[in-house]
Amino acid sequence: ELLAQNSDNDSKELCVSRLEHIGYNTGYRFVEKATKEWQRFKDELDVMKFICKEFWSTVFKKQIDNLRTNHMGIYVLLDNRFRFITQMSNSKQYVDQMPKYLAFTCGLIRGALSNLGLNSIVTAEIVLPPSCRFQIQIQRQQ
Amino acid sequence: MSRQTQKNVESKNKVSCDLFTLTYGSLVAQLIKDYDTTEDVNKQLDRMGYNIGLRLVEDFLAKTNSSRCHDMKETADKIQSAFKMYLGISPSVANWSAANDEFSLLIDSNPLTEYVELPDHMSQLKYSNILPGVIRGALEMVQIEVQVWFVQDCLKGDSTTELRIKFIRKLEDALPAGED
Repeated sequence: ELLAQNSDNDSKELCVSRLEHIGYNTGYRFVEKATKEWQRFKDELDVMKFICKEFWSTVFKKQIDNLRTNHMGIYVLLDNRFRFITQMSNSKQYVDQMPKYLAFTCGLIRGALSNLGLNSIVTAEIVLPPSCRFQIQIQRQQ
Repeated sequence: MSRQTQKNVESKNKVSCDLFTLTYGSLVAQLIKDYDTTEDVNKQLDRMGYNIGLRLVEDFLAKTNSSRCHDMKETADKIQSAFKMYLGISPSVANWSAANDEFSLLIDSNPLTEYVELPDHMSQLKYSNILPGVIRGALEMVQIEVQVWFVQDCLKGDSTTELRIKFIRKLEDALPAGED
């Protein structure tokens, strides 16, 4: 709902980046509380597993359906029923509206990862509603 | 690891409550950045709340099967149960006016403000201003026009958070457009 609210009034790009930013702040703080009682993550993959399982379950009440990686810092998360868009349509009808609904989540992931020590670029695309794919690209320090 | 997972499942609701609180916090922070005056931020929050209320009431009615309210007392009860449903808190209803058209909701623990402190220069900000908007919007959809405002706010050093709700009038069924 907040998503819909916020996207009413502004030019598209501006509002997407704002939503992303709101997501980032939320993810950053949220993960700090969520991982309070966790042991240190072993490695990057461990962090990703956390994102796919625990993080996703607390936010969206389900786990990520598929996680893939090229072991070079790119991860692809596939969610077959992404919660924010399940209510919208199962066809391509509103596909041009949907990126707005993904921006917050991209930020959420990016914020979470950043608090776990990983800088990243997160993008999302819709495969066929309501399934969508998040691509995470880890930025390594030079 | 399994112990932690267990614990996570138990506190699932609590955790998503954190998420809600934090998301709202980020939203407010963003609005503060976007708008010049605190007054505008308050207004914007109220407007967002109003839009949420318009839709939320539908969800509420569908989930509770509640019937039409005949007086403000009933309405107050419904609002109380809605707070329980959506925010997990039960505010108490108090301070009825003599004409029974005005009452207060006393909220001891406002989930929106759980980790919030207002810096001094933000003293004009009505942090939870989305709530009055939600109530106003929701009641408008069931043909009750109200005015809602904060009387007291924990964030501003008051002992409790008090929302005042005043009945204005009953909205009549609107004529279809172009028939007046």
